[in-house]
Amino acid sequence: MKPLRITQQGIVFSIFVVLFAGFAVFLPGFLTTSNMLTLLQNVAVLGILGLAMAIVVIGRGIDLSLIAALAVPPGVVLQLVQDGHSLSYALLLAALLTLAFGLVNGWLIAYAEVPSLFATLASGLFLAGLGQAALFKLDVVQWSPGLEGFEGLGQGAVLGIPMPIVMFVGACIVVAIFLRRTRFGAFIYAIGDNPFAARSSGIPTRPLIVLQYVLAALIGMLAGLVLAASVNSMPTRIYNSTLIYDVILVVVLGGIGLAGGRGGVLNVVIGTLLIGTMLNAMTIMDVSYSGQNLVKGVVLLAAVIADSFLNPRNEETAQQGDI
Amino acid sequence: MREAVLRLRYRFWPDHLLGEILSKRWTETAIPVIVLLIVAVAFTRAIPGFLSPASLADTARQAAEIGFVVLGMALVIVVGGIDLSVGSIFALTDFCALFCLDVLELPVPAVVVITIAFGALLGAVNGFLIGYLRLRAFITTLITLIIYRSAYDLLLFDYSNTIAAAFPDTPLWNFMGGGDILGVPSVAVLYGIVAIFGHVFMTRLRPGWHITAIGGSRRSAYNSGIPVRATIARCYAASGALTAVGALFFAARLGTVGGDVGVGLEVTVLTAAVLGGISLGGGRGSVARALVGTLIVLLITNGLTTLSVRGGVNRMVLAGILLVAATIDIRWLKNRNRIIAKVYVSPTFHEMPRLQPVGVGSNVPFVQNDRLSGVSLIGLGRIEAPEDVILDRHDNLYAGSRHGDIIRFFPPDYEKMEVYAHIGGQPLGMAFDRSDNLYVCIGGMGLYRITPDRKVEKATDETNRSLRSVNDDSRLRLADDLDIADDGRIFFSEATVRYEMHEWPVDGLEARGNGRIVCYDPRNGTTRTVLRGLKFPNGICVERGSQSILFAETWGCCVKRYWFDGPKTGQVEMVMENLPGFPDNINLASDGNYWLAMVGMRSPALDLAWRMPGFRRRMAKRVPIDEWLFPNINTGCVLRFNSKGEVLETYWDLAGVNHPMITSMREHKGYLYLGGIQNNRIGRLKLDGADPGFVQYDRRWGKGT
Repeated sequence: MKPLRITQQGIVFSIFVVLFAGFAVFLPGFLTTSNMLTLLQNVAVLGILGLAMAIVVIGRGIDLSLIAALAVPPGVVLQLVQDGHSLSYALLLAALLTLAFGLVNGWLIAYAEVPSLFATLASGLFLAGLGQAALFKLDVVQWSPGLEGFEGLGQGAVLGIPMPIVMFVGACIVVAIFLRRTRFGAFIYAIGDNPFAARSSGIPTRPLIVLQYVLAALIGMLAGLVLAASVNSMPTRIYNSTLIYDVILVVVLGGIGLAGGRGGVLNVVIGTLLIGTMLNAMTIMDVSYSGQNLVKGVVLLAAVIADSFLNPRNEETAQQGDI
Repeated sequence: MREAVLRLRYRFWPDHLLGEILSKRWTETAIPVIVLLIVAVAFTRAIPGFLSPASLADTARQAAEIGFVVLGMALVIVVGGIDLSVGSIFALTDFCALFCLDVLELPVPAVVVITIAFGALLGAVNGFLIGYLRLRAFITTLITLIIYRSAYDLLLFDYSNTIAAAFPDTPLWNFMGGGDILGVPSVAVLYGIVAIFGHVFMTRLRPGWHITAIGGSRRSAYNSGIPVRATIARCYAASGALTAVGALFFAARLGTVGGDVGVGLEVTVLTAAVLGGISLGGGRGSVARALVGTLIVLLITNGLTTLSVRGGVNRMVLAGILLVAATIDIRWLKNRNRIIAKVYVSPTFHEMPRLQPVGVGSNVPFVQNDRLSGVSLIGLGRIEAPEDVILDRHDNLYAGSRHGDIIRFFPPDYEKMEVYAHIGGQPLGMAFDRSDNLYVCIGGMGLYRITPDRKVEKATDETNRSLRSVNDDSRLRLADDLDIADDGRIFFSEATVRYEMHEWPVDGLEARGNGRIVCYDPRNGTTRTVLRGLKFPNGICVERGSQSILFAETWGCCVKRYWFDGPKTGQVEMVMENLPGFPDNINLASDGNYWLAMVGMRSPALDLAWRMPGFRRRMAKRVPIDEWLFPNINTGCVLRFNSKGEVLETYWDLAGVNHPMITSMREHKGYLYLGGIQNNRIGRLKLDGADPGFVQYDRRWGKGT
């Protein structure tokens, strides 16, 4: 018989269930279809970003430049269309920019061997600066008539389900297939588990690391397009927010260890749901933004502490430099 | 002509310094310092008055405030963690200081103490979670960042108006915010003091070493008994306290609380730390690097602000410099050892006179014979690497072994053996002093003494450091052979100061005078270098009269005399030159002459290569080490010579079975005992016509005393 192992994702999931049940019973207006859809819609972008982060974190990296990838390429799309170019041309250019950005990130980390934390911190800063200095005329890039129909990506609905949720589910499926069903996905797990062993066994670790960051940047751009389409503009100042920390929390809280090689799409979904439920309930209860953050932080801390008691870290097998 | 130029070039151009400078630990910080200089020069040229005293003072004030936070971050990174919550702690402690001062109206010293304690408490929360509960540093401090920040925002909501309305006017507070000592801002002075203490703490004190050890390998640190959890927890608490100090000065300077205090500070601080060369993952970092990193980041941000470039360009330039600097720094750290390995070996010009033939039939004293074929073997296969052999006055035979032991063989047949003493390093030359102490040169360890009751004592392992040497040459690396003068002074040779014992052939490839002769005086325990710049000094023997020693220079292929006493004190004179081989140990012979071992014979190829330093350098750089040209040590001999340097007779082993290489020999009661550092036996040869009562101890120290 398999012994019952309580994992972090189990804990987080139970916290989510308890909270959800509690809110459903005690909080009027929580368990309604419209509120549920609002909840999901609000966290869809966060969830998509979480998927991007998950790919990188599973490969034992971290991508702090995701918010730049979210803000700048979609901003370029809006700006180009505003300047009179066609939507497809704008999308193509933005995708090329994102691709180049991901390649640079990956090269820095895989070939120049700059620690990912630092490389993406700086490259994100660079891309945001580039957007601010050279690409956008205003901090908030406005919607323009040339984008007619494109807002469906953020505001439309399929079978009554809002488009952001559909996009999130779609992204989940694609990433899940990539990670679990393709060779590249398996290689990424291998690299995250033990990069040196992966390299010794002949896996092209460096190109695969580049691939991770390219994918992350592209997914980040998708999240940005969904965001822009839902609010009919691209507020590029989002780069200054603490959104990136929320993304990391979603990933790590869901149970994808920063040490790499563990977890999957399910963990991102769980993390997203917990964050989404908490934020939604607190909004209904009219807790201030700071108060929400405080509560969020305390709950997260409780989850991480509980995990460390149930699954204590092993000093003998812990890896050096695993912060 | 060409050779003359070559000779001058290698005589006066210090090739070996490059490798020695690069091997210094502080060159790891080279790249950050260069970046700092470039940044400073670039901005000075671009902005008039960038380095004016007023501007400098302002920069220093900010640098010190952030510098405190960077010091805390550096500490945490070195211990193997990260602290993302510093920005929020900065904001909270800034609030705490102003709250205590403006709302509670406490006196300034109390404000300082409370604020620092509060910062330490906030850090201690991190420390408890990460050190004792063993949470992951990154995620934990990320969460405390959010919690602290929201707590700050909530507090700010309630008290910002009260604080903004207050104008505290106390001299001490104003001094902290804007005062200076001799023109240096008060905060910078305090930072300097803390930084110096931090440097001493990290490099000289036990807790600092513990921190570095934990960061280097937490598991090993735990296994070696370091209190890992408590140390980690304290580091986070210290980080919080240091952040609080920075925030105190910030509060004193600006006196405001705003929504953006400390926002993104963790990024700035992390950037400064990484840019200074403190590597994420732990175990590598210093106060100097934290300072350099802080200055780079601050100069860049301030310079760009002064240039009033657009916000975006500012970011791009900062990010670009960060990426380039980090990339170069990482490549440098990674390849530094490889570069050192390539440039450390620096051959020099070494000219030898024409080699004299020694083959059978040639009419020289060295002519080959087979007189060693009659040796009987002692300890065959039971001893390894007896570099030197010696007999005491009770006929016991002592020899060193590769395993770090002194082995004793018992007379009369020397069949029975025992481990006389275990030292731990390879024993080389040996000598008995007047009171039967056995002095031994130990490769890599220094000069040791074994008392008659077998106690192993260290005599000396360091000498005075020479001022002109880049490498720290105070430690003895390769003490080789010794002899003891009548007054008890011990003269021993150190073959090379640039290589370890197992790398001795590389020193031969270099052929520079890397060796020295050192004198240890047991009467007052001092050790002084008496001669330096010798080409692998090896055997040493005190001459009759005890005013001079004979010493052999292996790569110099000569034997010289050094006067340490008497009218010629300090002089060195040549005794035998242009030997056909590489001389090793020298010892007394019963007839008043001396025995000399030849560890190997010269070859025309090496003689030629010695005149071609460029060739040898290319070889050292491009060819793997096991294919280098090495001195021949496959054939050697023993010879007897007199004090005028005339060779009297030689002993060869033509078959090369028993004693192809000989590093030492010792005459005792009509027999000659032979040792070799690559042999697994000791040879014993009956000498015709030698004094059958000769005992070295009796000759040196007088019979029976």
